[in-house]
Amino acid sequence: MKMLAKYREIWLGLAILLVLVLVTARFPRFAQPTNLLSIFNDTSILMMLALGQMAVILTRSIDLSMASNLALTGMIVAMTNASFPAVPVPLLMAMCLVVGGLLGAFNGILVWKLSIPPIVVTLGTLTIYRGMVFVLSGGAWVNAAQMSPEFIGLQRSIFLGLPVLSWMAIIVAALFYVLMTRTPLGRAHYAIGVNPTASVYTGINVGFTKFMAFTIAGAIAGLCGYLWVSRYVIASVEVASGYELTIIAACVIGGVSIAGGIGTVAGVVLGALFLGVINSALPVINISPFWQMAISGTAILLAVVLNARGEQRKGRLILKKAEAST
Amino acid sequence: MTDAPIAHRHLPDRLDNPLRSAVLSWESLLVLVVVGIFIINSFASPYFLNAWSLSDLTFNFTEKGLIALAMALLIISGEIDLSVASIIALASTLMGLALQYGADTSTLVAIGVGVGVLCGAFNGALVTGLKLPSIVVTIGTMSLFRGISYIILGDGSFKDYPKSFAWFGQGYVWWVISFELVLFLAFSLAYFVLLHRTSFGRRVYAIGNNEVAAKFSGVRVERIKFILFCLTGVMSGIAAVLLTARLGSTRPSIAKGMELEAITMVVLGGVSILGGAGSIIGVVLAALIIGLVTFGLGLLNVPGTVMTIFTGALLIVVIALPILFKMWRQRT
Repeated sequence: MKMLAKYREIWLGLAILLVLVLVTARFPRFAQPTNLLSIFNDTSILMMLALGQMAVILTRSIDLSMASNLALTGMIVAMTNASFPAVPVPLLMAMCLVVGGLLGAFNGILVWKLSIPPIVVTLGTLTIYRGMVFVLSGGAWVNAAQMSPEFIGLQRSIFLGLPVLSWMAIIVAALFYVLMTRTPLGRAHYAIGVNPTASVYTGINVGFTKFMAFTIAGAIAGLCGYLWVSRYVIASVEVASGYELTIIAACVIGGVSIAGGIGTVAGVVLGALFLGVINSALPVINISPFWQMAISGTAILLAVVLNARGEQRKGRLILKKAEAST
Repeated sequence: MTDAPIAHRHLPDRLDNPLRSAVLSWESLLVLVVVGIFIINSFASPYFLNAWSLSDLTFNFTEKGLIALAMALLIISGEIDLSVASIIALASTLMGLALQYGADTSTLVAIGVGVGVLCGAFNGALVTGLKLPSIVVTIGTMSLFRGISYIILGDGSFKDYPKSFAWFGQGYVWWVISFELVLFLAFSLAYFVLLHRTSFGRRVYAIGNNEVAAKFSGVRVERIKFILFCLTGVMSGIAAVLLTARLGSTRPSIAKGMELEAITMVVLGGVSILGGAGSIIGVVLAALIIGLVTFGLGLLNVPGTVMTIFTGALLIVVIALPILFKMWRQRT
């Protein structure tokens, strides 16, 4: 079981390959390159969201409001596009980053300055943001007819063989890798997750780092708001309803520890891909989509059991609660 | 170091006057909020101050309140259970399935509560037996239980529950007092005694404050946590019976989002999400507040999604105000 901890990403990669092999044995067309690329494309949004959530979970927090953030930003940008079709799409994407970042920063400020536990803050903002979608739109939808062709088409356009959406996921993953492993801010995330008290004495500003984690997660959720709305060509109150659990599932399956401090970009990407492969395989094997929820629930439970086995250290951690309470 | 995450334990010179600490407590703040919202509601809508109206109000919060009672104990002990709404869905689905096979009312109730206990025990076994963090375990079982309901029901529904069953959710005990309200008050009293007047309750607080010290003091931490998860399951099962009886039908999407409302009630009631503090009186008052707010907004024809903005904002504001007040006081 200790091997599992060291080579978690390899085991996860093997699990994905196993699923692919099992499905392809019965349905050879599943392993065709176009299909595999399509699965990657479908999973791109989940990948980016899971990376944002990883930053938050690393600092011993949790962000339940990402899906509502996504819905609100998506609705804002869709309504802007419907009313002002001439606004260039890259500008709309920048607007998404800013709006999403502000929504995430609101979470961050409450956690930093008022020391309110993140689960309480994001529980509140989850409902507030979702409600604001309704208030903004009056319950109406924005559908394909109202969106400009560039709005819908940008992420579908192919560049060097891959859709722009897949490229965005690759770029975000690469940026995240650099952020987490090569910058002081990224290292601070890991430090706070493992030992917040020691981090304070090392000179790391714990509150500010948590604030940045929430802002980054919010900005990514905002960007994914645009991507979701243009991919599924709908902006409504129900967008991404309940998706926050799928995001956390991808993180947990990818080896991110809910206690903070443990998690890698590669693991999260593979965790998201695992869920994506299973979701794509279900219609192929003719299992009704109603099985999806139960399967992802079981996947989470299995992942948690396996992760926990790998994390257990010898000896008693008597001061663990003292650290957790700081 | 204003951002130092070190807990400050304040050792006072002498203990507060009991009357003073009762008046300045969180529960008193909640009582003020209850009175305030009651008055606002009376002015906002002419339909509010009416015996039958107030009776309808109780249906708003009793089911969630029952779950919140057990959830409060669980959160005080340092764990959490996000799967309660999914337990309701599964219990309701299995009750509906039993109905198709001709089960009578007492069997239906037994199945509903029984499924609740089993699901709670499943959660408890994973958390205490395998030492897994409860938040991810219950996120997993949340998907699993509701997923099973979807597998059984798809996008259909079970209807035609017998009249005697429907009485549980829709019946009145005396004049305007509904059965649900009576059940809620009875359980509130039971949980009050359990938490504040028995050694079991003392041990729950002990576990929440310092689990390791409790274990070395002879408290059977694992067993108590397992019991608390089973209690949460039982209350979810009872809530499932009441909700299904009130709605008269079962869909897999039943009670969606109810876990967040229950947790909101618990946190609003003064229970610290980190464990170790809180009271049942606070939780009951918080349940009443949420019921008043949602009912009052409903009378004003505010749509459900907008209502949740108020609940979310209420949660953040009520938690933030005392902290802001303390910060302002320290400044001057």
